[in-house]
Amino acid sequence: MDAKVNKKLGLKDRYAAMTRGLGWDTTYQSMDEVFPYDKFEGIKIHDWDKWEDPFRMTMDAYWKYQAEKERKLYAIIDAFNQNNGHLGITDARYINCIKLFLCGISPLEYTASRGFTHVGRQFRGVGPRVACLMQALDEVRHAQTQIHSMSNYNKYYNGMHNWHHMRDRVWYLSVPKSFFEDAFSAGPFEFMIAIGFSFEYVLTNLLFVPFVSGAAYNGDMGAMTFGFSAQSDEARHMTLGLECIKFMLEQDPANVPIVQKWIDKWTWRGYRVLSLVSMMMDYMLPKRVMSWKEAWEIYFEENGGSLFKDLERYGIRLPKYTEQMEVDKEHLSHQTWATFYQYAAACNFHAWIPSDEEMDWLSEKYPNTFDKYYRPRLEYWRDEEAKGNRFYSKTLPQLCQVCQTPMIYTEPGDPTQTCYRESDFKDDKYHFCSDGCKDIFDDEPEKYVQAWLPVQQIYQGNCFTPEADPTAPDFDPLIEVLKFYGMNIGRDNFDFKGSEDEKNFEAWRNLSTKN
Amino acid sequence: MPVVALGDYDFPAKDTVDKFHGNQMLFIGWDQHLMFCAPFAFPFPPNLPFGEIPKIMNNPGCFGYHPDYAKINWDTATWLKSGKPFKPDFSKSLSENGLKHKDSLRFQTPELTGIKGSAS
Repeated sequence: MDAKVNKKLGLKDRYAAMTRGLGWDTTYQSMDEVFPYDKFEGIKIHDWDKWEDPFRMTMDAYWKYQAEKERKLYAIIDAFNQNNGHLGITDARYINCIKLFLCGISPLEYTASRGFTHVGRQFRGVGPRVACLMQALDEVRHAQTQIHSMSNYNKYYNGMHNWHHMRDRVWYLSVPKSFFEDAFSAGPFEFMIAIGFSFEYVLTNLLFVPFVSGAAYNGDMGAMTFGFSAQSDEARHMTLGLECIKFMLEQDPANVPIVQKWIDKWTWRGYRVLSLVSMMMDYMLPKRVMSWKEAWEIYFEENGGSLFKDLERYGIRLPKYTEQMEVDKEHLSHQTWATFYQYAAACNFHAWIPSDEEMDWLSEKYPNTFDKYYRPRLEYWRDEEAKGNRFYSKTLPQLCQVCQTPMIYTEPGDPTQTCYRESDFKDDKYHFCSDGCKDIFDDEPEKYVQAWLPVQQIYQGNCFTPEADPTAPDFDPLIEVLKFYGMNIGRDNFDFKGSEDEKNFEAWRNLSTKN
Repeated sequence: MPVVALGDYDFPAKDTVDKFHGNQMLFIGWDQHLMFCAPFAFPFPPNLPFGEIPKIMNNPGCFGYHPDYAKINWDTATWLKSGKPFKPDFSKSLSENGLKHKDSLRFQTPELTGIKGSAS
């Protein structure tokens, strides 16, 4: 007798059997009790089965592909480290991009993992739960691989040793930190629009391309190879973000205005974090990839423009303040770098004035703005530095309550005028850098009045180590704050010129090329 | 619009004035002098005479670094509070001038146009 053999399942059916096929509706407890978070935001889902899996990787395929990438990645990292690959970078100023990345971005990868782990539990649909679980794994992988890729630099250069400690305390790092904490303390659907869609789809290239291409252009094989090994993960993340938004929009027209509000909020918050990338591209990469203006035009105006055209059929429009971001593209990097230049005493990476050639590049890339508004101050600072009077601001700045950046941005249309916005809430005043941030506050003030703002915390006396003694005659509060930050004062901070990094790199590079 | 939350959502604000050890915060920006990337934040006692402020700001780690600072005529400089005209009495204290915690001031010196007239 012939044994009855069933036909082998196709990829789609096999995947469904291994994922949705394992789900069930609970009966001992109600579904609402088991999934208490996925209704409160007002997003209506009528049919979870309409979710289309954005990718179909069962665990065997996942481990196989990831393991292949890991073998390659770590072989390259080992080779880079063994060969003193750090001496192959264009110049030592590049290393400050690594410090910025390690402190500002890598912790976000880990926070993303926590966020996706959380929402991967909260959606009652099995399809999105499995996809979020995969992304949670990817993100912790990214955190770890980035740390590995960059750790070799920590052996030789300053500022990176305490990245995790600094991320929770240092003034500029509250910008990316608060961004992600806003997202993962939101409901699961908002988290998916904030991170899955706005960050991992709309804005992702504005983070990824500058850093990874920047690494490639500047001889940083470690970070570059991380980028290549993350590409297929990022492709999955983009498809997940896109499926999330389409699913939400297709399930109920009542979801459209909620989703639009989140797109407006999160494109704006993500854009504010990306100001760090803009200055990296225009001022910190010795061998530049392209200008922030060019990157914005390609990845947001063109690519993002097409995407939102596509979403029009659902009733979604371009994010609010798209016009403002377009106007600001000629100012963002200059205003941000000027901030880090003057606060270099309080920063764990160095700043510097660009060379004449670099300023000419900036003039060429920013014909409408650089020479008129920004070159004069840079040249003035350079002249003062030559006289031994380098500008170090020692007074704390006013911060925006929402994005937590110092109030460095200008009125749209008037780059000579600081943009001031404010709201009153329960007898207290709150300040914002822009209409975008004010709108976010006004929508949910109860959330943002709880913000841990670095400047306010310093003035409340919460940023000192237990050893700090305010009664001591030589008590210097700013120095004490730097100790609280875990900085090696005099090594991590101040100008690149005269730094240990500069001296050591030059000495070692000479050693590697001369007898 | 109130926050959308699972249940009651009412948590204390982090920066109420009682947390500043007797000081209140005052933000001060100098119009058209964007060499200073942002307005400065100061913790001042409410009884600080307003006239002390120009002296406090006259240091190289603050507005005093700018070559225009020494040229400021404090008698003719105009002020804004929350964007509206404000005429401080330099002989009176912050509180007597009606300045509250986290008020935001701007001072304007239109004859001084920054580095090479670039508003820096």
